[in-house]
Amino acid sequence: MEKMPAAKKQKILMGRVVASLFFEPSTRTRLSFEAAIQNLGGRVIGFSDSSTTSAKKGETLSDSIRMVSRYADIIVMRHPLEGSARMAAEISQKPIINGGDGANQHPTQTLLDLYTIKKKFGKIDGLSIGMLGDLKYGRTVHSLAYALAKFEGVKLYLIAPEQLKMPKEIIEDVKKNLKIEETSNLEKFLPKMDVLYATRIQKERFPDSMEYEKVKNVYILKEEILKITKKNFQIMHPLPRVNEISDGLDKTSAALYFEQAANGIPVREALLSMLIGKKKKVEM
Amino acid sequence: MKKEIKVTPIKNGTVIDHLPAGTALRVLSFLKLKNNPITIAMNVGSKKQGKKDIIFIEDKFLGDKEFAKIALIGKGATMNIIKNHEVKSKGIIEIQDYAEAIIKCINPNCITNAEKMKTKFIIKDRPLKATCYYCQKTMDEREIVESIK
Repeated sequence: MEKMPAAKKQKILMGRVVASLFFEPSTRTRLSFEAAIQNLGGRVIGFSDSSTTSAKKGETLSDSIRMVSRYADIIVMRHPLEGSARMAAEISQKPIINGGDGANQHPTQTLLDLYTIKKKFGKIDGLSIGMLGDLKYGRTVHSLAYALAKFEGVKLYLIAPEQLKMPKEIIEDVKKNLKIEETSNLEKFLPKMDVLYATRIQKERFPDSMEYEKVKNVYILKEEILKITKKNFQIMHPLPRVNEISDGLDKTSAALYFEQAANGIPVREALLSMLIGKKKKVEM
Repeated sequence: MKKEIKVTPIKNGTVIDHLPAGTALRVLSFLKLKNNPITIAMNVGSKKQGKKDIIFIEDKFLGDKEFAKIALIGKGATMNIIKNHEVKSKGIIEIQDYAEAIIKCINPNCITNAEKMKTKFIIKDRPLKATCYYCQKTMDEREIVESIK
């Protein structure tokens, strides 16, 4: 998609309507989807604040989806409840793209994460990848762990405080295909990593704010870490960050997170193109 | 010592035998029986299990959905369908690998707890686990038993 001329791209969704239903706040996912839709010549309907919709009046999600699937050709949705996208896909007449369902999954983020790693390293097989921070509530790391298990020889370092460890059922699911090390000690494994995928400790997912206060500053990445990392070491982050990556790292060769965010556009363009059936296989 | 169970045989209905000792009341709680005569035998001697529970339900032939629920709580339990005092069919109540609308998801943030919809679970045995098809939360045996609807 990145190499496709703009005029050609504009024809892909021409005359098509894509619904962008964001029942939960989003910046990057929503904006990159909407930019991708417009780059492909489509039109966007939808909302980014569910308090202005019939959901506020008590309309069920299933009724909202039944209705919107009659207005649009594709539905992109983010919803705070886990499993919401899967339910929507069962009742919708049109394709549903999951833009995040509660603490469960964020599959399009994973597609762009994989694309970013592949673009940087030329491969995913055999890489050593660390996941840092909130591995319990962080849906991006859940989806990425499942996706990495599809590749060969990937080593996964899971670094989290005790309260925010990766759910054991996910580890059970992926451990056959990944070599996994779990620890709370970042420095021990940092020199072995090709990529460190940092995450924000998400205040909004904590049932108890005291628990959040205990762990919010537990991992902060600073420039000094580059003294012990591999030469081509890269830091990724789904953004937004709060303070887990210091500004000093932004201009170093390890900062991959802004490029990662930018990759959201071609990846989402490719996904939309595939769903509309213009191309069975899309080169990014 | 001769083992005896002193209950009157039922004429028509269902006998659930070989339930793990102590589970009969939990089984009855989700069978939602109305006015059927019921006899329960708890902690009775069993060659295979040491102790077991048995439930005799008069005038009620349990269906697949009820047996699917019982299977989750009573591994190895058996059922006998009685008609006119004769055993018409019998067998082990097997765990199915898929459960629809018989378990509630324990994840309060699961869509199935917000919408009027059937729950779906993928079931795995040894050890017993149920994974919600929607939110992907996996429940262990204790959580499953508490969540049978």
